[in-house]
Amino acid sequence: MASSHRAPPRGPFAAVPASALPASAGLGLKPEHFLDILATRPALGFFEIHAENYMVPGGPFHHYLGRIRADHALSVHGVGLSIGGAGPLDEAHLDRLAVLLDRYAPESFSEHLAWSSHGERYFNDLLPAPYNAATLAAVCAHIDRVQERLGRRMLLENPSTYVEFVASDIDEPVFLSEIVRRTGCGLLLDVNNLYVSCTNHGRDPYAELERLPLAAVGEIHLAGFAHALDSRGAPLLIDSHGAPVAQAVWTLYDAALMLTGPVATLIERDNDIPAFAVLCAEAMEAGRRIAALNETAMPA
Amino acid sequence: MNAPLFPAGQAWPDDFAAALLDPARPAPAGLTSWNGSDPAQRFAVYRNNVTVSLIDALADTFPVVQALVGVDFFRAMAREFVRAAPPASPVLAGYGDEFPAFVAGFAPAAGVPYLADVARLEYARVLVFHAADATPVAADAVAALLAEPATLPGLAVRFVPACSLLRSRWAIASLWAAHQTDDAAGDLSRIDPAAPENALVCRRGLDVEVRALAAGDAAFVAALMGGASLGEAIALGAGEPGFDLAGALGLLLAADAIAGFTPAGEGEQR
Repeated sequence: MASSHRAPPRGPFAAVPASALPASAGLGLKPEHFLDILATRPALGFFEIHAENYMVPGGPFHHYLGRIRADHALSVHGVGLSIGGAGPLDEAHLDRLAVLLDRYAPESFSEHLAWSSHGERYFNDLLPAPYNAATLAAVCAHIDRVQERLGRRMLLENPSTYVEFVASDIDEPVFLSEIVRRTGCGLLLDVNNLYVSCTNHGRDPYAELERLPLAAVGEIHLAGFAHALDSRGAPLLIDSHGAPVAQAVWTLYDAALMLTGPVATLIERDNDIPAFAVLCAEAMEAGRRIAALNETAMPA
Repeated sequence: MNAPLFPAGQAWPDDFAAALLDPARPAPAGLTSWNGSDPAQRFAVYRNNVTVSLIDALADTFPVVQALVGVDFFRAMAREFVRAAPPASPVLAGYGDEFPAFVAGFAPAAGVPYLADVARLEYARVLVFHAADATPVAADAVAALLAEPATLPGLAVRFVPACSLLRSRWAIASLWAAHQTDDAAGDLSRIDPAAPENALVCRRGLDVEVRALAAGDAAFVAALMGGASLGEAIALGAGEPGFDLAGALGLLLAADAIAGFTPAGEGEQR
């Protein structure tokens, strides 16, 4: 297991693993697929939900999530906490998260190194922050508060970004490593985001991968991107979650797995959602790569 | 309490946030790119993500409004709404409560006077879809009540949370229903939009249902939802055309709308 050689985490929840998801492939849970999942009980390692979609009082979403959760491990993935934001955390939103986590007792809770709210406005996008001493302190204070309020360690996801800041003087792998060191949170390694950001900023994703705090990885995300160009004609990849995983991302994923060991891996698809069987086949592809790693590591 | 303040004058995040929804503002200062490409063009990706994702959220909530005016008109109208009234909460199920009022005041849509009320119906459907679960009373509970006419007028009705009534000058229930079929155009041609209608929106099991109510029945149900006793509600219903007490109670029962009965004055208004 990858966890056996992880550095001991710090912080008040050090004794608790940041993620208890099985080291196998999972899918994002989409309402379009509720009935297919209940009918077929697919052999997936876990399902992941966006926390905010289930912050409703009752009705079909909770009905189906309760039934599906009874059969599968669950990852709760927040998109609205704005951990990378400049303002204070939204305590009312933290309260809603606590209720959701109490209700479904997921094997993992994760959020983003990004911001999505400012003042009284919620932007429904994962927005970038400069990386410097001030923002590092703010992000760590936010994660400390999240972990304290929720009574558990969380995973923090590396972002897809399209711009960089003049005010940044720390690079992303160091920034993430320092967050993990100071807060004891785990890393949700989004391999697609790593590929997208490195492409968009002229960096080598393989070199950057090796500098991430890989001992803290509790989950991997894979997704598809869309192609655009910047004003000089260089590729500008958009994290669309609207396409199959690209071949280049599968290859980078293989390299990541070699460094992390087997780890829970999610296929993310939030737009142009295909039939459930199509997503299952993509998850099985990730599962095959995890299994191949097990065979390599433990020859019969 | 839990976040240090950032140095005054730093462009991020105030300028960044302000520029996301205001196309007249320049991209925020302080952005850079590895290859000297234009940061403003890169920033436009965020602008587009924010605007399009919020328009998409509205399109999910208001599909019949979109069908009535067409995708291009709807998205242009929604874009103006998103810029004027972005969500305050990351729970987007509640985004759109102000959209019907915006539609009502949106001058280019003035030729479709029923559009705002159809939007109110669609937003009510989302609220009912996600409303708290509750156990409705069984059908024989009302039969027992009707068998004791002496106590009936003094009772109030407790409604389940997943229940809402809309009263409109326009044929909102018929307009909505026409878009649930494969032949919306054919069905629409048989509807007089100017015929006033009332819609009871309730959840049966996991499905949200929309039922048209006569004016008298709607006045009766509205009074009950306001906390009136059955006696008071019957008087109000009888003052309008098309009131049928047994029919109205039967409709509420069939819609799984009734959570129970309480002596009037003790019930919760809603």
